[in-house]
Amino acid sequence: MLTFILKRLGLAVLVAFTVSFISFSLLFLAGDPAAALAGETASGEDIESLRKLYGFDRPMLVQYGDWLFSAIQGDFGESYYFRLPVASLIAERLSVTMTLGVCGISFALLTAVPLGVAAAIRPNSIIDRVALFLSVAGQAMPSFWFGLILIVIFAIQLGWLPPSGASSPVHFIMPTIVLGYYAMPAIMRLTRAGMLDVLSSDYIRTARAKGAPEGRVLFRHALRNAIIPVVSLAAVQMGFMLGGSIVVESIFALHGAGYLAWESIARNDLPTVQALILVFSMFYIVFTFLADVLNAWLDPRMRSS
Amino acid sequence: MTSSWLKTSIASIALIAASGAAMAEKANDTLRVAFTKELENVDSYFNSSREGVVLQRAVWDGLIYRDPVTNEYKGNLATSWEWIDDTTLEFKLREGVTFHNGEPFNADDVVYTVNFVAKEENGVKTQRNVNWMESAEKIDDYTVRIHLKDKFPAAIEFLSGPVSMYPDEYYAEVGPSGMGLKPVGTGPYEVVSVVPGQHFVLKKYEGYHDSPKGAPEITNIDIRTIPDVNTQLAELFSGSLDLIWQVPADQAEKMSAMDQFTVMNESTMRVGYLSFDAAGRSGDSPFGDLRVRRAINHAINREELVNALLKGKSKVIWTPCFPSQFGCVEEAATTYEYDPEKARALLAEAGYPDGFETEFYAYRDREYAEAILSYLNAVGIDADFKFLQYSALRELNMKGEVPMSFQTWGSYSINDASAMVSQFFKHGSLDDARDDQVLADLNVADSATDPDTRVEHYAKAIERITDQAYWAPMFSYNTNYVFTKEVEYTPTADEVLRFTTMSWN
Repeated sequence: MLTFILKRLGLAVLVAFTVSFISFSLLFLAGDPAAALAGETASGEDIESLRKLYGFDRPMLVQYGDWLFSAIQGDFGESYYFRLPVASLIAERLSVTMTLGVCGISFALLTAVPLGVAAAIRPNSIIDRVALFLSVAGQAMPSFWFGLILIVIFAIQLGWLPPSGASSPVHFIMPTIVLGYYAMPAIMRLTRAGMLDVLSSDYIRTARAKGAPEGRVLFRHALRNAIIPVVSLAAVQMGFMLGGSIVVESIFALHGAGYLAWESIARNDLPTVQALILVFSMFYIVFTFLADVLNAWLDPRMRSS
Repeated sequence: MTSSWLKTSIASIALIAASGAAMAEKANDTLRVAFTKELENVDSYFNSSREGVVLQRAVWDGLIYRDPVTNEYKGNLATSWEWIDDTTLEFKLREGVTFHNGEPFNADDVVYTVNFVAKEENGVKTQRNVNWMESAEKIDDYTVRIHLKDKFPAAIEFLSGPVSMYPDEYYAEVGPSGMGLKPVGTGPYEVVSVVPGQHFVLKKYEGYHDSPKGAPEITNIDIRTIPDVNTQLAELFSGSLDLIWQVPADQAEKMSAMDQFTVMNESTMRVGYLSFDAAGRSGDSPFGDLRVRRAINHAINREELVNALLKGKSKVIWTPCFPSQFGCVEEAATTYEYDPEKARALLAEAGYPDGFETEFYAYRDREYAEAILSYLNAVGIDADFKFLQYSALRELNMKGEVPMSFQTWGSYSINDASAMVSQFFKHGSLDDARDDQVLADLNVADSATDPDTRVEHYAKAIERITDQAYWAPMFSYNTNYVFTKEVEYTPTADEVLRFTTMSWN
């Protein structure tokens, strides 16, 4: 088990650095970092002086090597844009994103899994239809539109919730719903399909035949097996929420890590983008790993293999 | 933890629901404003954005102040100034001024600030705001001299704009990063808190000196960054914001029909123009031919662009500078009336009876660029439209690989023609005209101390640039300010929000 974990960890680090090298090169291709840094008001001479100041005139490989050398020592440098240490900048933004991500995925799981189970128990019933409708709507609705609709209804018309910001838990209600609703359909469909599949299997018939209560059959026997692919999916969705909640963060003015990444790319803020990419790829790796462990706990067959 | 979180949530919802839409904060004497862009650093020497200028004018003072309406220069931290010679300015400083942290303002602060920002290696972001200064010298506690590198008559304008005075001891201790997090100045507002890029809280500085900026009326200013303009509007509707600006024309029109908001439109100094590769830096291009450049000038219906797209206080512009700028002589510019027939004839004369193909670049205002594109198509020019990130286009510009592009320039709110025309026509890396005659005139105009000589030579340069149609200047920009009826404010044409001139109705 330990060698397995170590192997995966080694691989993860390699993946992270490959990703970081590719993103570094892409940023250089995407535009002149000195021009981006100088901003729209800069003259040609301003840009040249910045280029020298930050060493953008050196070969790209040398600059990457420089960054890598410091990064390995845990020094992610200073953001070109904010002139603040990247580590503290990201830590501050991540707290918002993590809160949002955890709330979002919990909302998605807490609504999608029960709905999926209910839909599977009575296929083609009214519950199934409603669940289907909800998931199609969730898939079809762009989150920027859904977000604005929620703002119009709950912040402007009813005045119940603040339209944007992150200064209290209440501020997270609408973003959570928008972000969670986006992840919900896939989880629900997968739960429903898994449950349908499991419920028609032999051991469920056996369990029912021996007189096990229905609740126990559904949750202990069926759901435990049907949920395994859902756990893997939720892990990926969680990674996506942490890195990709750009639209939601932008609409609700949340200033999280996803929005920071998006803006930093446009600003060619290399140290920030590089550090964020490392963090995001680590998230994916960690969540997939946790999902595997969780699945191994759920399914003893996975443990032995 | 969960249960307390839940309790807080429910309590807060109940509270908000009970109070209905939050009322405007007039009662608390707090004006709530939204920024669209994340400001990089509050230290005004280390940002280059509009938001930064707004905070700079609130937190710090310059030696000189320019009245935004009359354009008259008045003493601010200096009470008087005189040119000792062509490259030396002497200032008498105002006595009894203190910084927000209690440090008294005197010659040492001026000397430290100037010497720090003038040094290129200290990395001030917009070098041209400061790189004309060589150093500063203390004569006595309240007399100081600034030595210029070369003759630079726009010095007074720069000293009334981007050059503000910092406290020497504090700045030496904390540097630009520290100044960005806890700014200290002599300005009408002191900074209470900064969350970098996100939230800025200001408070009226009780010890503010008798400055031409005027004494602030509103006690607290609370600024949040809200990137999405729709969200800003929602905040305004729900009563949790009092003032926003840079509102798109269509939204502003709808808002102006509503009783609870005031919508005001004001011009900005930003000019939109087409730039042609007249010098042939991008290889063999049709733009080397004067008739082609004139043809495009005739092909564009500027009136229509202004009336249908930009609206508000935008105007048709014929000069390679903003008309209010010193030296930007409108009469010197050649105008090209909208005449697609004439454009086609000129193209035919130049050897392109069926038009030609070219690349056309832009980096902002896609809808304007597309409208321009349709005018070009109408006279037979088949343009391959490329919309790039600003930094990517600048890189191509500097390498001279852009045959034609839609550009804009805001002059950093500097009311002097040198801030625009001299940035682009002095054979720098962004100069696609490379005209020696223009260079010679601009060199005189930029450095002459006699105002009449300056005007004369700027006029000559403008005449040459527009006669040769190196650019097709098109229009000035405008911005919409929307605020609640409780706020009283008259925006100025330089797009600087001045909190000191705001009050409650």
